[in-house]
Amino acid sequence: MLADKDRIFTNLYGHQSPGIDAAMKRGDWDGTKELIEKGRDWIISEMKESGLRGRGGAGFPTGLKWSFMPKESDGRPSYLVVNADEGEPGTCKDRDLMRHDPHKLIEGCLVAGFAMNAVAAYIYIRGEFYREAEALESAVEEARAKGFLGENACGTGYSFDVHVHKGAGAYICGEETALIESLEGKKGQPRLKPPFPANVGVWGCPTTVNNVESIAVAPTILRRGAAWFSGLGRPNNTGTKVFCISGHVNNPCNVEEEMGIPLKELIEKHAGGVRGGWDNLLAVIPGGSSVPVLPKSICDDVLMDFDSLRDVQSGLGTAAVIVMDKSTDIVKAIARLSEFYKHESCGQCTPCREGTGWMWRVMERLVTGEADKSEIDMLLEVTKQVEGHTICALGDAAAWPIQGLMRHFRHEVEARIDAYHAKAAE
Amino acid sequence: MTDTPAFAWTAENEAAAQKHIAKYPEGRQQSAVMPLLDIAQRQNGGHLTIEIMEYIADYLDMAPIKVQEVATFYTMYNHKPMGKHHVQVCGTTPCWLRGSDDIIRACKSKLGIGMGETTADGKFTLSEVECAGACVNAPVVAIDDDYYEDLTAESITQILDDLSNGKDVKPGPQVKRQTSAPVGGATTLKDFISDGEGA
Repeated sequence: MLADKDRIFTNLYGHQSPGIDAAMKRGDWDGTKELIEKGRDWIISEMKESGLRGRGGAGFPTGLKWSFMPKESDGRPSYLVVNADEGEPGTCKDRDLMRHDPHKLIEGCLVAGFAMNAVAAYIYIRGEFYREAEALESAVEEARAKGFLGENACGTGYSFDVHVHKGAGAYICGEETALIESLEGKKGQPRLKPPFPANVGVWGCPTTVNNVESIAVAPTILRRGAAWFSGLGRPNNTGTKVFCISGHVNNPCNVEEEMGIPLKELIEKHAGGVRGGWDNLLAVIPGGSSVPVLPKSICDDVLMDFDSLRDVQSGLGTAAVIVMDKSTDIVKAIARLSEFYKHESCGQCTPCREGTGWMWRVMERLVTGEADKSEIDMLLEVTKQVEGHTICALGDAAAWPIQGLMRHFRHEVEARIDAYHAKAAE
Repeated sequence: MTDTPAFAWTAENEAAAQKHIAKYPEGRQQSAVMPLLDIAQRQNGGHLTIEIMEYIADYLDMAPIKVQEVATFYTMYNHKPMGKHHVQVCGTTPCWLRGSDDIIRACKSKLGIGMGETTADGKFTLSEVECAGACVNAPVVAIDDDYYEDLTAESITQILDDLSNGKDVKPGPQVKRQTSAPVGGATTLKDFISDGEGA
């Protein structure tokens, strides 16, 4: 188990004040000026060496992403945008970071913004997180009052500000280019790439979009050193991670743990174990609703990191662990996710707009068994026609849960169809 | 529509609107359309009208259709009169696994209305929403600007009862628990937990 001394988010649960004085006692804003004075190249190189991979789901190396930003301005300003549009079902970690430890994020914005030569950061927070947005606004005010933000931030001669922008209810805005559109005051519909945001982002300017957790861990990594962070976890899967454990466990919770912790250990040590004991486990969705479900046999010994979960045809995603015990109607559980994606499709691309609704309607019939077995393969075929054929990954995200269901629980779906027809024949 | 009084910012909201506009680079005031729609909706008692959207379009120098596109794309903008309290039950899988069906049933039964409906006394509007993003505290109901977590049919019924009677209600977990820490106390960071719950 990760030692407390290696935990970054020491106020994860809000036992202490989120205010700046308490935050500084916890080590935030300590020597920020010195970090910045080490220069852009040093910051980016440390971030690369730390091995930090983006915490929003895709796992792209954070330092590398920062390095894509132009070193010299061509006249256009650069921007850092923080993706705080947390809404991937199962995921609720950024909420805690923002309401309980907001100064880690604000300080992270300054050092990350400096590293990419940005003039400002915009934190795009989902509109439903009204209180969390208040906490952020208040933290920004505190940081400005101390001279940590604004002109000559932290006495470095560098001018930088942080702004909070609230969304208004749209999962799709968690996709970085939809988020940029939304920040420009438009419908949140993803853009075609290229051009990538590092070239043409918000208001046509170079932009990097990072998840809250990726930015919030940066100051601690820079203070304690890349070697400390990369010494945790496994190669290519380094550091600590905030996990969200929901569903059929005795004590659902958020917890910061070491990357690569065994799933079983994570659930048993922190979440009080599976309801009714480990043998009562049916399946786990290990990384938020978009990643394929895993049956118990895989959960028994899988490790919680990017590569381990990819190797079992799932993913770490946002590290949101959704646990389902043997009482679960697994078909219904996945059908409810299909309904979610249908609801959240922005409607721009036909395969997704039409496909998510189609897939959901078939899934609803599979829940009752009112279907023909040949429809299972037809449904899988449709998931393949949606996957990879849309501008953004929402289509993929709608396809994967269904593919995971059929990979591991096809027998359950078939049994249900048999039962329905047997009953109808009576 | 004809007898609706003309919409105009209150002085306080005008100041708030200007504060939002100032966050964005010059000439990019369109970026403030979402916060301004939110402020306007609150000023109007919970929903937007064509007239308000046109007012904001004019205020931000946008085409009215562009404002309407935004106002109809995002789910938090309402286009019909709302109850005093907006009860938003999360029914996505993590909440469903922990009994959101019971919560939905309890809300419908207590309020005597279906999804998308408003009580006759105008106190409550009931909606089902997609993932609220508080999954380790499921099941969750957002009422107005606050989350009510770790609910049971009994606790949500009590909350609705108290709201209906004008009593104070306490947001957050409705069981003994510190925010997202496990019930029974945190398994980590025990030295950082100064007092109260935890140990």
